[in-house]
Amino acid sequence: MPAPKVPGVLKGLGVTLREAMKTMFPGGPVPSPSKGAATVQYPREKELPATRSRGVISLHEENCTSCMLCARECPDWCIYIEAHKTLAPPRRAGGKPRQVNTLDRFDIDYSLCMYCGICVEVCPFEALFWTPEYEYSEFKIADLLHDKERLGQWLDTVPEFEAYEAGSEAKVKKVPPPPTKASGS
Amino acid sequence: MIALELAYWQETTLRVVIGLAALLALTGGVVYLFLFKFVSFMQSRLGPMEAGPYGSLQLLAEVGKWLQKEDIFTERADRIVFAASPFVVITSTFLLFVVVPGGPNAVVADLDNSLLYAMAVSAISVIGILMAGWASANKYALLGGLRAAGQLVAYELPMILAIVGVVIQAGSLNLQDIVYAQSEGEIFGVGWIGNPFILTQFVGFLVFMIAMQAELTQTPFDMPVAESELVAGYMVEYSGIRFLVYFIAEFATAVGFSAIAATMFLGGWALPADWGISRDWMHVIGPIVAATKAIALTGLVFWVRFSFPRFREDQLQRLAWKFLIPITLANIVVTGVLKVAF
Amino acid sequence: MTAVSDRQKLQYIAAQASDARLNVELETEGMTLNLGPQHPATHGTLRIVARLDGEQVVHAEPIMGYMHRGYEKIVEVRTYAQVTTLINRIDWLGSFANEVPFILAAERLMGIEPPKRATWIRTLLFEMARIANIGLFLGEMGLQVGAVTPAFYAFRDREFVLNQIEAVTGGRFHPNFDRIGGVKDDLPKGWIDETRAVMDRMRDFCDEMEELLMGSEIFQARCRGIGVIPADVALQFGLSGANLRASGVDWDIRRDGNHGLLAYDDLDFSVWTHPDGDSFARFWVRLQEVREATKLVDQLLDGMPSGPIMAKVPRIIKVPAGEAFVSTENPLGEMGYYIVSKGDLVPFRVKIRSASFNNVSVVPWVLRGVYVPDIITILGSLYFILGDIDR
Repeated sequence: MPAPKVPGVLKGLGVTLREAMKTMFPGGPVPSPSKGAATVQYPREKELPATRSRGVISLHEENCTSCMLCARECPDWCIYIEAHKTLAPPRRAGGKPRQVNTLDRFDIDYSLCMYCGICVEVCPFEALFWTPEYEYSEFKIADLLHDKERLGQWLDTVPEFEAYEAGSEAKVKKVPPPPTKASGS
Repeated sequence: MIALELAYWQETTLRVVIGLAALLALTGGVVYLFLFKFVSFMQSRLGPMEAGPYGSLQLLAEVGKWLQKEDIFTERADRIVFAASPFVVITSTFLLFVVVPGGPNAVVADLDNSLLYAMAVSAISVIGILMAGWASANKYALLGGLRAAGQLVAYELPMILAIVGVVIQAGSLNLQDIVYAQSEGEIFGVGWIGNPFILTQFVGFLVFMIAMQAELTQTPFDMPVAESELVAGYMVEYSGIRFLVYFIAEFATAVGFSAIAATMFLGGWALPADWGISRDWMHVIGPIVAATKAIALTGLVFWVRFSFPRFREDQLQRLAWKFLIPITLANIVVTGVLKVAF
Repeated sequence: MTAVSDRQKLQYIAAQASDARLNVELETEGMTLNLGPQHPATHGTLRIVARLDGEQVVHAEPIMGYMHRGYEKIVEVRTYAQVTTLINRIDWLGSFANEVPFILAAERLMGIEPPKRATWIRTLLFEMARIANIGLFLGEMGLQVGAVTPAFYAFRDREFVLNQIEAVTGGRFHPNFDRIGGVKDDLPKGWIDETRAVMDRMRDFCDEMEELLMGSEIFQARCRGIGVIPADVALQFGLSGANLRASGVDWDIRRDGNHGLLAYDDLDFSVWTHPDGDSFARFWVRLQEVREATKLVDQLLDGMPSGPIMAKVPRIIKVPAGEAFVSTENPLGEMGYYIVSKGDLVPFRVKIRSASFNNVSVVPWVLRGVYVPDIITILGSLYFILGDIDR
């Protein structure tokens, strides 16, 4: 049996007492444990997630050409895209009508989504953006399938891309402005 | 003060009811203060905040939750023993509170050998734990129960021997006499702090606190309830009201032992007689003083509980038999010699 | 830091022997105790079937597979980018560390060398994953021996590291940040200064753990001399990481192997070993490793080179045919990926050499003759994560 050398265990007691004091009296003699504790009392207080935090994906429908790359690359195959071809008016007078893809359906099933970000990364036309919003729990699993209107609404919450640290050669990308109601994509 | 002439049975009933109410109120307060709040602050978190202002009604919520749970009996459990064991443990706790004095007259029964009675009665809980361990028909419970039996019996001895020093100094086994001895005594001629036995019997106090921690099966002596191994040890098969009874018993016993320790070492409900507070006032202030001292010692128990890892049972047996008992025996010899000499 | 005295070792062996003799004299029957798969102490769904004689273990056997997710099969039908995001979940506490050996092996097959800044960012996040993972171990080892408070401190201080990882990668637990040819994105402005502050905080946390746990006599009584694994036995069973170094074997892949793949050749760090090989030694080595990792992160932040973060990589990645094996010093031990490619979009076969699988194989050997509480201490000190064992 080790001979009890008192200091070791007393130091341990001191550590816990010090933490208790830090929690109870974070600044000055007035006790305010709500500020001293590490607890964030959700939903009354909320932490701000980081700008790059992967909360939910938003869709900028104007840019989407339904190339299906995101649907193909998703590890869970949770993106459902249906589109049809229409003729758009020619760019210049007297030219041929252009064939464009118009989205019928662009759903992301958040009950399957792994939040990996491969879809956002592979999109060649910058139609998908991450936003840090995370409060979209539903009572029914079927409601976790966000259709293209809902995905377009998330676009309002997309933060601007941050500047980079010194020494970086990456260029800061720009988030396109959300479509106005008049243009009606 | 009011002097009521009550028949014996009326007086006893009144005392029992008030004693029970005081016990439950103190336990509730201690659980909230220390188990919910103080330990949370030690761990940098807030503890319960929703039930009542700052979580003060959390214990009521917990009691309500446990009361409405199903009373489960495992298939091969010994029904009668399994059902009875929580109540054996809590009987031991309630019997302990019979002798704890809260004021000059505020004690359920003022026995002549109240300290001896208290120590004897606190050993009943060992039987309850053994009953739980065997009757649960669960290997984890059995391991926990057997460890508990060995540990609790081993630590009864240092506890009792630590008290002997106090008894020698006070000259009586009666708790009220011990209180008066501390309140009216003087140490080295200084009378204004009385003679709290913690100053002369500090070795006894330390050993008593360690033995108390072990009797309550609190960390660092919580092998019987080792949560990371035995998942609640001997209590693992209990749910509903029976678990609630164990829960209350654990904290009520902590408060009870702390109250006895406060009485023996810190002066109990009395303030030093030199301060000249009249007996009538002590009827009112006494319970408050006693409660404060008991809560302070309970705080010490919980502070230690949440700061330390646990001993293995052979290590804690070695601590009891090879270290604590010789120290207490030496303490008794020294106290006896000094008492006779001075 | 004193080694276990010979007297203490003899005492422990004598106690075990006398207990065994007593069990024979009393003709006690053995009891089979099932630890798990649902148990607070086994870090997940590991089942240990222990045959006890009194409180001593006669024979113990780990039964794994309760969390098998079929990784090696599932990656046969996933592209390399998809595989990267899936393998985050093998060792979920230090998740960036899982991606690194896979990406390095794929880069070796493709013959691509990532730019210097990308290598440094990779090493930086690798070390932060180590701090997050082993920082939690320090607290949770206290939980195994009965102290509930250190676990809370570990979770609280780990949050800061996770917040920094989230600021860079977007995900706290599953960064999915490594790419063939470099990393996905660059560091945001202000991140370097914040991370320096977080590293100071982690060093304070290590000091707190040292005072609260390591200095506690009770913790030492529970851990010293328990679960001694000699160096040759450790090597035979294929232990790696801190378990190996705590048995006295001076081997660290960051220093001794895979030169040139990560930034360690340009960095200055020491490798900690302990001669005892008991549970206390494993805790001690890991505590020093966290401190060393914070110093490494500081060096990486100070010397971060400027430049691009991605080499020239084709849009559609088809890894040329061949085989490659790369292993790195992950927080749990040595983790390696053996990739066989037939020139497709998907790998043909990936064999994952995970550290915890080998670390857990020593359990039957080390648990012979120990007491039941020591089972938990030894399992805690070996530190495995079920996702890593079962994949």
